[in-house]
Amino acid sequence: MEVPILKQGAVLIATFQAALSDADLNHLRSALVQQVVRFRSRGVIVDVTAMDVMDSFASRTLREIAQMIRLRGAETVIVGIQPEVAFAMVQLGLTLEDVPTALDLEEGLDYLNKKFKKMH
Amino acid sequence: MLDGVITVSISSDQDIVQARQKGRALAMEMGFGSGDATLIATAISELARNIVSYASSGQITLRVDDGGNRYGLSIIASDEGPGISDIRQALRDGFSTSGSLGIGLPGVRRLMDEFEITSQPGRGTIVTVKKWKQ
Repeated sequence: MEVPILKQGAVLIATFQAALSDADLNHLRSALVQQVVRFRSRGVIVDVTAMDVMDSFASRTLREIAQMIRLRGAETVIVGIQPEVAFAMVQLGLTLEDVPTALDLEEGLDYLNKKFKKMH
Repeated sequence: MLDGVITVSISSDQDIVQARQKGRALAMEMGFGSGDATLIATAISELARNIVSYASSGQITLRVDDGGNRYGLSIIASDEGPGISDIRQALRDGFSTSGSLGIGLPGVRRLMDEFEITSQPGRGTIVTVKKWKQ
């Protein structure tokens, strides 16, 4: 399954679809990290608005994506976790640990822009 | 009232997606709200993943249960894998033998209303969970 990765300035935006298999998630993880390297991106927004299930594998993959990208010196924000999905994640005992989250794409971009400004 | 049984064979990560989509569709058809449907789909995803990682293959059965004045959705995850020798340990948070997160069973138990597990080492495992429609 192809996941669109959009480049907007120094930020990459990846939009996750609803029915991602483990293999799709693994593929995405490497594709995203490769793109961050290729474009020398400083921020990544992972939009999970369409995801209707976030199980242990998906949340682990998101944490790994964020950690890998951080090692490249860039920042990841997860946006659009649906309320029902958030509820299920808490019940299941899943966390994204220290990966920042934001309400939607706009707030995610806002968060990254503030971060970039601080660095100057 | 809906009845019937849906069985999904589980042996790959693609089957995990299939099973949880069928579970969500059935839950919605039964009139569960989207919150409960999400809990059900998430539980199916974890149970199916356990089958793939511990037993390599098995099945997920979805069943509509008529409880008289209420009805519920049962999910039965069965496999003929190695089984679990210490069920109490497997139900403890943070326990895992496959190097995964160790969230599996205790987490699934919290997502659902009823939880039952039977397992025999060398014979396999059956996990049955149920959500009652409020």
